[in-house]
Amino acid sequence: MTVATIEIVERAGTQQVQLAGDWTLATMPPPVSRLELRLRDLVAGNPGWDLRSISRLDSAAAIVLWRAWGRQWPAALAVSPQHRLLFERVETIAADGAPAPARESLAWILALGRLTLSGASHLLAMIGLLGQLILDVGYLCAQPRDIPWREFSANLYKSGAQALPVTALIGFLIGIVLSYLSALQLKTFGADVFIVNLLGISIVRELGPVLVAVLVAGRSGSAMTAQIGVMRVTEEIDALATMGVSRSQRLVLPKVLALAVAMPLLVIWCSAAGIIGGMVSANLQMNLSYGFFIDTLPRVVPVANVWIGVGKGLVFGVLIALIACHFGLRVKPNTESLSSLTTTSVVTSITVAIIVDAVFAILTRNLGIP
Amino acid sequence: MSAQPKTFPQTSPAIEIRGLCTQFGEVVIHRNINLDIEAGQMLGLVGGSGSGKTTLLREIVGLLAPSQGTVKLFGQPVLDPDPQRRRALRRRFGMLFQQGALFSALSVHDNIAFPLRELRTLDESMITDLVLLKLGMVELEARHARLMPAELSGGMIKRVALARALSLEPELLVLDEPTAGLDPDRSENFVKLLKMLQKELGFTVVMVTHDPETLAGLATRLAVLADQRLVACGTAAEVFAVDHPFIRNFFSSRRAAAAIRQGAS
Ligand SMILES: Nc1ncnc2c1ncn2[C@@H]1O[C@H](COP(=O)(O)OP(=O)(O)OP(=O)(O)O)[C@@H](O)[C@H]1O
Ligand SMILES: [Mg+2]
Repeated sequence: MTVATIEIVERAGTQQVQLAGDWTLATMPPPVSRLELRLRDLVAGNPGWDLRSISRLDSAAAIVLWRAWGRQWPAALAVSPQHRLLFERVETIAADGAPAPARESLAWILALGRLTLSGASHLLAMIGLLGQLILDVGYLCAQPRDIPWREFSANLYKSGAQALPVTALIGFLIGIVLSYLSALQLKTFGADVFIVNLLGISIVRELGPVLVAVLVAGRSGSAMTAQIGVMRVTEEIDALATMGVSRSQRLVLPKVLALAVAMPLLVIWCSAAGIIGGMVSANLQMNLSYGFFIDTLPRVVPVANVWIGVGKGLVFGVLIALIACHFGLRVKPNTESLSSLTTTSVVTSITVAIIVDAVFAILTRNLGIP
Repeated sequence: MSAQPKTFPQTSPAIEIRGLCTQFGEVVIHRNINLDIEAGQMLGLVGGSGSGKTTLLREIVGLLAPSQGTVKLFGQPVLDPDPQRRRALRRRFGMLFQQGALFSALSVHDNIAFPLRELRTLDESMITDLVLLKLGMVELEARHARLMPAELSGGMIKRVALARALSLEPELLVLDEPTAGLDPDRSENFVKLLKMLQKELGFTVVMVTHDPETLAGLATRLAVLADQRLVACGTAAEVFAVDHPFIRNFFSSRRAAAAIRQGAS
């Protein structure tokens, strides 16, 4: 491989630019824009161009020359027929390139409007999906043969059973931390025994459901969006449709039902782990006996709290699955859309779960407080 | 000085495969394959479905390490331990994947511009010109540049993928079923286009194809993969002379034989 060379010779009173060597993307000295400028300077003197000594010319080099010539043939050009073909091809490309999309003024108003509209369309589509699911449930009640048991149990296993270790661990640790911090405060007031009330109510009613919602949204919600999204990218959903399989019955419904069943159970499991963690910590730090703790718990935490926790779990589960499936079905067939919608799905489900939690807190403010 | 030397001044062959064996678990795909491809040649690789053609191409471009044996491109091992040298080597060839493998998040324009931008020596307007030129080469129009890969037809995907493979002006072009999914007209144009580009730029081509017209139009040499081995390699006449059931079957259809004889003559 030889480098690209430029030589200027005076011949019979006129200037001749002689190019030689390999004129290719790999051999042109970088940066190419400087080479183009140098050639453009030469063009100003209106010389003759001799390209016959070029051994290899590729289209990148041809474009550099063409641009230097001002996108037109120079008056005097000697070039081999083969290379001339290349320039003829370069000649056909549009001078201005692909038109850039015009920039809007007041872009932020447009962006705000688009955001509102897309929010509204997501809400509508989700309500539509929920309606479709209710219809599906009605249909399946009439045709129990078509109930997708396999998908349901697979989802139950993946989002329920496999989440048991991590939810237990997180619940246990949060219980320990909460108990430790509360004990420090309660000791100063000599109100040690109230640790049971504090832990019981806060974990069973609030922390358990919210912790599980955040964990499940991150674990199962993202997996559901990604799975349905990839099926959109690879046209698997279209393949299902051509086989007459309803995507809402086969893909969405089992996920929603599985989370509706798994979430309340996970909430109970996580709350139990939290209480145990708190109990262990209270025992170590304040010498509160296990027997006293277990004995006191049912007296100071009315059972209504457990029902509120379980009810929240059910609602969160349905919402997380619904949001995950909705965003999965919205994925466009490209990787960028897949990744951004998976993120949106998780963020939306966690936000919605916390908003719904606040609504629950207001609606149930008179229940379960001793 | 003349403008004639149309091949790369190389002493070593463009591709040199020595004692290559491939195994996926227990399954043996290739057994002791030796193959030399001189610079400027166009090799057509044929073989039954599942005979390991795509796998061989992946080993040639260094996406897959063979279980045994070596692959050298331009005299250098593809799997050079030095990342700098390996990267330099990878800039010298372009690959067209069987399914296109376009970046789904990038538009057609950005797909073709991607390897050019990676060079970091070209400015944006130069890149735009090059992209438009490559699009023209594969008979796509400037307005197609803004489409996303999901909005393209199967044949358009092939052509965009070819344009991307050509964007770095490669010395070696590796094509996996380049004309599958194109209509006969397009496929004929594709053959013409590649032939012309090859004459202009002098690159080496390795391609897998089942299409007799493509083979006849392009391949200067044939290699036949069957029974995990390279059962024949050479010019069309030499390959015909080999007595092997796959070769008899593959070239038995009159269309194929006629097309290839005609191409060979
Ligand atoms: N990653 C892998 N793991 C295990 N087996 C594989 C893998 N990749 C390919 N194979 C097997 O290797 C064999 C050859 O595959 P390859 O894709 O190379 O076939 P091919 O000759 O290109 O076929 P076609 O003409 O259908 O494209 C097949 O039997 C395939 O199952
Ligand atoms: Mg293949």
